[in-house]
Amino acid sequence: MNKFNVVGKREPMLDALDKATGRARFTDDLSLPGMLYGKILRSPLPHAKILYVDLSGAEKATGVKAAISGKDIPKKKYGIVPMAKDEYALAIDKVRYIGDEVAAVVATSLDAAEEAISKIHVDYEELPAVFDPLEAMKPGAPIIHDEVPNNVSATIRKEFGDVEKAFAQSDFIFEDTFETQAVNHCPLEPQAALAMVDHSGKVTLWSSTQIPFFLRRNLATTLDIPESMVRIIKPKVGGGFGQKIDLYAKDFCAAFFAMKTKRPVKFVYEREEVFTSTRQRHPMHIQLKTGMKKDGTILAQQFKVVADGGAYNSTAPLMITLACFFIMLPYRIENLLFEGFHVYTNKPVGGAMRGHGIPQVRFAVEAQLDTIAEKMGIDPLDLRLKNAFQAGEPHPAKLLVQSCGFSDTLIKAAEEIGWKEKRGKLPFGRGVGLAGASFPSGVSNMSHISSGAVVKIERDGAITLLTGAADIGQGAETVISQIVAEELGVSLKEIRITAADTEITPLDPGTFGSGVTLRAGNAARIAAQVAKEKLFEAVAEKMEVEARDLEAKDHRIFVKANPEKGMSLEEAIKVYQYSDRPMPIIGRGSYQPPAKEPTTLLKEDGNFSPAYSFMTQAAEVEVDTRTGKVKVLKMVTAHDCGRAINPMLVEGQLEGSVVGGMGQALYEEVITEKGQVLNPSFLDYGIPTAMEVPPITSVEVETNDPEGPFGAKESGEGTQLSPAPAIINAIYDAIGVSFNSLPVTPERVLEALQKKDKR
Amino acid sequence: MKRILKLHVNGEDFEILTEIHKTLLEVLREDLGLTGTKRGCDLGTCGACTVLIDGKPHLSCLTLTADVQGKKITTIEGLAQDGQLHPLQKAFAEKGAIQCGFCTPGMILTAKALLDEDPHPSEEKVKKAISGNLCRCTGYVKIVDAILSVTDKSSES
Repeated sequence: MNKFNVVGKREPMLDALDKATGRARFTDDLSLPGMLYGKILRSPLPHAKILYVDLSGAEKATGVKAAISGKDIPKKKYGIVPMAKDEYALAIDKVRYIGDEVAAVVATSLDAAEEAISKIHVDYEELPAVFDPLEAMKPGAPIIHDEVPNNVSATIRKEFGDVEKAFAQSDFIFEDTFETQAVNHCPLEPQAALAMVDHSGKVTLWSSTQIPFFLRRNLATTLDIPESMVRIIKPKVGGGFGQKIDLYAKDFCAAFFAMKTKRPVKFVYEREEVFTSTRQRHPMHIQLKTGMKKDGTILAQQFKVVADGGAYNSTAPLMITLACFFIMLPYRIENLLFEGFHVYTNKPVGGAMRGHGIPQVRFAVEAQLDTIAEKMGIDPLDLRLKNAFQAGEPHPAKLLVQSCGFSDTLIKAAEEIGWKEKRGKLPFGRGVGLAGASFPSGVSNMSHISSGAVVKIERDGAITLLTGAADIGQGAETVISQIVAEELGVSLKEIRITAADTEITPLDPGTFGSGVTLRAGNAARIAAQVAKEKLFEAVAEKMEVEARDLEAKDHRIFVKANPEKGMSLEEAIKVYQYSDRPMPIIGRGSYQPPAKEPTTLLKEDGNFSPAYSFMTQAAEVEVDTRTGKVKVLKMVTAHDCGRAINPMLVEGQLEGSVVGGMGQALYEEVITEKGQVLNPSFLDYGIPTAMEVPPITSVEVETNDPEGPFGAKESGEGTQLSPAPAIINAIYDAIGVSFNSLPVTPERVLEALQKKDKR
Repeated sequence: MKRILKLHVNGEDFEILTEIHKTLLEVLREDLGLTGTKRGCDLGTCGACTVLIDGKPHLSCLTLTADVQGKKITTIEGLAQDGQLHPLQKAFAEKGAIQCGFCTPGMILTAKALLDEDPHPSEEKVKKAISGNLCRCTGYVKIVDAILSVTDKSSES
């Protein structure tokens, strides 16, 4: 039974009606008087020196107010990971991929800006380019960044246990190679920024960002002004999925031109720019060797992973590190050798995307487990259960897993998909498959580690919550408000939230690593507790009881042991005011994940996240052997997210994640030829539509995590790790072909079936 | 070149002096301040800009404003009647069919056109109707549920 009043309830998002009526404002919906429109000129070449940029044609064009190229901006590099800064807001010395930013203009209309861009003349000296990361690593390959002569900009090599010995002791050894594709996040809202500068030179930037405080830091760095001269406001954001954590040229250019022209400036990316010039999921080349004991124990695994980073780093070191450490959950892998390489190529840039580095390696592991099971004559479910990690077990990399429902997710997902009746027993062309995964509930990174929150109890009993957390559509504001309402014993409608404004709200790391509920939720809960304690103090004095004996629930403050004895919240606030205490009642809270520092994991091992979620996805598919088309008939997602603060929003996260995973398994790929993206539109790229979506069953596996607010863990990202391998494994069951690369298009299915016939 | 365009939007008549080549999406957002209609691709591939023209869903980014003079245009801002939300708006909010909300206006208008034509569509028909409206957040499950829940209600009445 739910002992809570607000936590655990299927509450609609606080801003749902604003969004349903068109009242919700996204960045591009905002305008300011005198606003100028900006446009960016991008490189048509994958790799070239910039010899000269002639802006005069643009400057003379009608309506143009200013034009700049790389040589006009402060020579300040930026990057989302401080140790891996390698990018200028506009290219200064050379361009490194088709779509790299070269110059920008602002004009009184968008048409005029577009026209002006075509009048900029750039002299390039074309350089040899490299598009395959394996080629880029070879001696003599074109050098993309002078500081990185071998093009390998981030590496990790980790060994746990004794891998050589473990392989020697293995009864069977399996070696396979896997490849994954470039995937675009495809948020429906294209990236946008609107900047305004006041007389003191202070910049206000409205931006479609997932992490306002990082953006403030990066923007201040690139503009070469103090952080205090930048204010970032996040309006509604139309999806991010990791693509909106980076600073983009649109942010810099809007602010820079606003400073230069003293007028408001707006930049909005076209859909094509979202595809070519933002971020994408890193394609990976994965060599995987697994040593097994006869009884099905995974004894050792060895990985060599080459990630195609494209032209810049973005999250490179973090991405490759996550790939390494999350191989070691949800299975017990005591002997592991992981070598990971992030390699520059002259292609679109890799970055964080839902699951961040892990879905690729998870696909490899899960697909291989099924072929191992087949060859060893073990049921793939039993194989997974045998190796499933359990809560409280010592972890080879010192991850601290305090709650773990993984085995439960396996059993329940298998039950729901009909594993016993179906696996290996369906007619040719039909099959079921499953795959497991684990994900951190937020990461402890080197900076901005803690979340802050302020809770104010106002005179009329309304609660004002200030949080830096960035709601990008996942419902963070609603979930955090539910936590505060529960703590203060009021209903959700009493909570008024102001979020993600760097001038007003407390510091917060932002939305990434699936950590918002745990981190910002805990901070808000603490702030609410502090405010409550202040109120209790006054009430206790008046009632002549101990403050610690009081409770807040159902809009009342009362003695726990004698609920009759108490008063309404409004009366309590009066008592507080009449005792000459400062109004409003303010509680501040801060929460920092308990992890060792530095916890980039590149330098040392240690607990990386305050809590870990666990999950299993199961799929049933039908393969049309005539056309090669794969139809997903059913998906099951069993997710241990601790306690769901809002089950409806958790389901929404799971369902959206599963469908995204389906896209990655079957449809989606950013196709490039010599660095040119060939399919930069929704029509040619093909994310799933409603037509492709099968029935999705979410199976609840609740654990109660001691670290999470009311026991909650993550639900946003982890679920996108294993839908693709679950589908691939179902295809294996259906037609006996195990695909080692994604996506599995009809052409590839037909090709595989033909090959199989010949054998 | 600017011309006066006469438009009928959300029950009101407008005379707008604007460039003749502007799309309906541009006029709605820039000249009328109706920013509920979203620009997701400007290529007619995402459905975020869907509005109703004489009751039928159209992609406003591919519609020349001059061509729809005299027609009845409904945007998301015009869906609520006399302060009463349309049942679809309520259902989308209550059923969790809205996450980031960027596809929501187009999605709701497409659904309205469907239900006006067929108050009791099958699940397949609902999916087909909204297949031109992309959503990256929800996986469509709760959107379909929300639309079907409105048809249930009308069958009760």
